Amino acid sequence: MDKSQLNDPFEQARLEKGIGHMNDQGDPVQMLLRLKDVRKAAHQWKSFQSGGDEIGRIVIPSEEKIRDIRQIPFEVDPPEHGEYRALVDAWFKRPLETEYQEKLHRQIESLIDGIAQMDSVEVVSQLALPLQSRALTLLLNIPYEESETWIGWGTHVFRSEETSLDGDKAAILYDYIDAQIDKAIANPGDDFYSVLLDADFQGRKLTKEEVKGVMILTFAGGRDTVINAVTNTIAYFAEHPESLKRLKKEPEIIGKAVEELARYFSPLTHMGRVVAEDTQVCEHAAKANSRISLCWASANRDASVFERPNEVVLDRKMNPHVAFGFSHHKCLGATHARQILKTLITVLSQKIETIAILDSKENIEDLDQFKRKVGFDSLHVQFKPMA
Amino acid sequence: MAKITFITQENETITVEGNSGSLMELAVNNNVRGIDGDCGGVCSCATCHVHLSPEHMETVGSPSEIENDMLELDDNVSEYSRLSCQIQLSEALDGLVLKVAN
Repeated sequence: MDKSQLNDPFEQARLEKGIGHMNDQGDPVQMLLRLKDVRKAAHQWKSFQSGGDEIGRIVIPSEEKIRDIRQIPFEVDPPEHGEYRALVDAWFKRPLETEYQEKLHRQIESLIDGIAQMDSVEVVSQLALPLQSRALTLLLNIPYEESETWIGWGTHVFRSEETSLDGDKAAILYDYIDAQIDKAIANPGDDFYSVLLDADFQGRKLTKEEVKGVMILTFAGGRDTVINAVTNTIAYFAEHPESLKRLKKEPEIIGKAVEELARYFSPLTHMGRVVAEDTQVCEHAAKANSRISLCWASANRDASVFERPNEVVLDRKMNPHVAFGFSHHKCLGATHARQILKTLITVLSQKIETIAILDSKENIEDLDQFKRKVGFDSLHVQFKPMA
Repeated sequence: MAKITFITQENETITVEGNSGSLMELAVNNNVRGIDGDCGGVCSCATCHVHLSPEHMETVGSPSEIENDMLELDDNVSEYSRLSCQIQLSEALDGLVLKVAN
């Protein structure tokens, strides 16, 4: 009964010091661990910046060596950040539309129907990755068949199994996006590439490089995060069949359950910022041009805010979690991600009686001082469909 | 049944009636611009920020500590700020006027 459990490796450091340390490729990071500190620093964009010259540095592990295209609006600070965000916000709210939701429901239902009778299902490769890739065709408004290409890329567009940062894999994505942008220029349609190419920004059109920056963010930000969230959800319901039964009986709490699972899983452990000038974080000195990180995963277990932080309380009423980040840079894809989880839970609760875990291999992130389980490298299960 | 009026940032006035759920849900169901309710009402996103009129502050009450922490870091916060997901509809709120904060 503990395979679905995600422990909180930050507790002691969070209580005692409020910060942790990580040496990322020789560029150290001070990790903020308490919810209030994390939120405050996320809000203070002037002191803790995202838009510096060193592209890729706020991602941890740093992508400075494998990327020179700025992700937009993610690696831009206000006020420009807000102007970019205004261009894309409405597009990323489309998951609230009924037609989008119905298409997503059909996708997920057919995936579950396809694997429910199998003797053994490897959840990461046979459910989470196809689900994420197919759903992305809805977000980009492009043909469903395109998802086959992305499924072929594997679980993370940057990380391979041999190394945490894989420049060759990143190049596959960048070349692919270049080609898709050229295609959209030649044949404009109602897909996301074309919408971006046609968008007005500061009295001009977006450049190809800017469009590429938005697309890289869209592909990279929603890939292993969604895959981990889906895989962890399956593991959780495998070990908590009573929760699945409850959600079938009380579908009105599915929204709250999604927020709670997002808090508990915290699919993105942390995100970096660059310190603008000498200052302090949680009473520790932070030097200009050094890095801090906003540790969402730790903040989401802060017992000074969350009662019973290490338990999944499906209908948790007050849940001020930061699983989708906080303030200006909060997750652009959150509406899509929430809709995926909502739909997955709905379909599972209607179609699946129980799930048995057959075998699993944990995916542990090495954060120097902390080792954190974020999900699974592989998870073999057998579904038992409703009679 | 309580009658609630929302005034958006564009100065659009929307008066609606309801008897259960939160003010955020009422606003979202009636497409009030500026009230998104992304997190569904668990006090995690602050996309349902409203300003009460001073005379209604006592009826509605003050925010909890958790809500206050959220408001503190939101734009356009004032002493009359509340997150509408944290206010439950009731007869007592009949006639309430709320200004959408963002």
